[in-house]
Amino acid sequence: MTLPPQAPNAPPVQPIFELIEVEQVFEVPKPGRPLFSRDTVGLRALDGVRLSIRKGTSLAIVGESGSGKSTLLRVLLGLDKPSGGRALYRGKPIGEARAQGTDFARDVAMVYQDARGSLDPRMTIGAILAEPLRHFNIVPPEGEAQRIAHLLDRVGLPVDAAERFPSGLSGGQVRRVAIARALASEPSVLVADEAVSGLDVSTQAQLLTLLQSLQRDMGLTLAFITHDLGVASYLCEEIAIMYLGRIVETGPTDAVLNAPAHPYSAALRAAAPQFFEPLSEPLPGEIPSPLDLPKGCRFSTRCPVAQSDCQSKDPQLGKLGSGRAVACIHPITQA
Amino acid sequence: MSIQTPEAPTTLPPAAPLDTANRSRRSVFVRRPFFTIALIVAVAYLVAAIFAPQVAPFDPVQQDFNVMMQPPTAAHLFGTDSYGQDILSRVIYGARFALIIGIFAVLIGAAGGLVIGLAAGLSGGGSEWALMRLIDAILALPSLILAVAFIAILGQGVDKVVIAVGLSMIGPFARTVRGDVLQVRVQLFIEAAQLMSIPYLRVVWRHVLPNVIFPLAVQVTIRISEAILVSSSLSFLGIGVTPPTPDWGLMIAEGRDFVSFAPWMSAMPGFALALLLIALTIVGDGIREEFDPKLRKDP
Repeated sequence: MTLPPQAPNAPPVQPIFELIEVEQVFEVPKPGRPLFSRDTVGLRALDGVRLSIRKGTSLAIVGESGSGKSTLLRVLLGLDKPSGGRALYRGKPIGEARAQGTDFARDVAMVYQDARGSLDPRMTIGAILAEPLRHFNIVPPEGEAQRIAHLLDRVGLPVDAAERFPSGLSGGQVRRVAIARALASEPSVLVADEAVSGLDVSTQAQLLTLLQSLQRDMGLTLAFITHDLGVASYLCEEIAIMYLGRIVETGPTDAVLNAPAHPYSAALRAAAPQFFEPLSEPLPGEIPSPLDLPKGCRFSTRCPVAQSDCQSKDPQLGKLGSGRAVACIHPITQA
Repeated sequence: MSIQTPEAPTTLPPAAPLDTANRSRRSVFVRRPFFTIALIVAVAYLVAAIFAPQVAPFDPVQQDFNVMMQPPTAAHLFGTDSYGQDILSRVIYGARFALIIGIFAVLIGAAGGLVIGLAAGLSGGGSEWALMRLIDAILALPSLILAVAFIAILGQGVDKVVIAVGLSMIGPFARTVRGDVLQVRVQLFIEAAQLMSIPYLRVVWRHVLPNVIFPLAVQVTIRISEAILVSSSLSFLGIGVTPPTPDWGLMIAEGRDFVSFAPWMSAMPGFALALLLIALTIVGDGIREEFDPKLRKDP
């Protein structure tokens, strides 16, 4: 595992984010309830998530759609309060940190998946970038134009883009603007939700290179939500794989992807298309409904190596060797 | 701090989208001939209204019993009425009142509608429900009936007509504003601004309001004609402005008794009113189609 450069005998650093048994249950109308009935049923979008994000690290959160990635993100950003467990930011509950002034908002910046939707269509790019600069008092007013030019340069956009409106930019350029706005507040944590999905491959590569260099040079902590294992392995030192609202495996990206311990990670890894190889057998069945979680291990219904005790015991995320953790009763061991 | 991706262009590729935007803005008069004609007509009315004393050949309230009820002649292009007043001059001065009443009434309606609509769209819950029922109550009555009711309370006169018509238009404006607010406030850029811990009122001011004001401005241009029509109807019913004010609705009403043998007395102001309303409607529609982001093709 590659740790960021650190003072040799620094005390163990407090993680930036720490999630302890975080649960998020949404009350939704019970399926098939009679008309006028008010029955609701709890949808466990997050179910016992344990995760810690250390300073300077880059973490990929990977999972199928419906696995709770976006819910996790909203908890991390303090947009939603978890219904159970504790979500801490530098040792403080995230909700409290957010309520206490602008420090949290300045320190944790977000890049939305829908970059175009996250930019006000009636503002020029310059005005969009000036907003956080002014709000957080980053630069004196006379230095604003220069800082905007610098930010645009940083993300590889020409200075004259400041006069444009978002509708005049391409998809890749709009994402660069979104990244520039996130960087404007000089954050130490950058949270990105599918920041490169839906772009063509060359644009993706440019953005990934940009994000990687930003992360390295500014010492950013990066939480990157994606469904693309290739992106995760390129950009992130660590990976957390989610399935049905729980993190089933975490660890250094290389180790997890080369020797997955959880059968689900192994299946994800095998499902990624390879050059010159036929596609592997997909996992049987669909992801179960979070309204009706399987008994025992939540993956047992689709697990190719499930055993009888998997249906009775729900495994928690437990340590497995150096920096890795897996939520499986019978983790795959490398022969 | 000079990290650049190797592929980063030094300037943006030829500014194609901006260019087309400019071109379409320049050629809007060519692409929309009816819009152009209507705009010229509307501007002509505006100029006539502003420079009425210079343009009108006679004093609009000067009575001359020697030329009573004359059909259009070279001296009196639109003829004269039963008091011998020159109808052309009265029509020109009437444009003043029509436009003043239309513009100021709509501004009152738009301002009231903006406040109520914003409050309803942003508050939610019980206060939204109460505000919307208030708007529904206003909308349940046609604006003419409502204006009649306000006139009954306020009394007659140009300023009273402006207020009455303006108040009666708050309902429709409030409803459109609320609809726009509901659409805008769930947009991602609002959440992004709140994520930056920008105070809520500042988000409303900087992000919600500009995205609501532009559609509202388009609504204003469309509804001026409605306000003029309502005010003319009030005058026609004899409860708007008081004679001898040269108002079109009043003139039509005055000529009504003579319509079988002096049709120009009602026809001329009626024609002036119809032409202005048609022109304003076409201009409003053109502006809406040109600037409404929902109808505009994305560059």
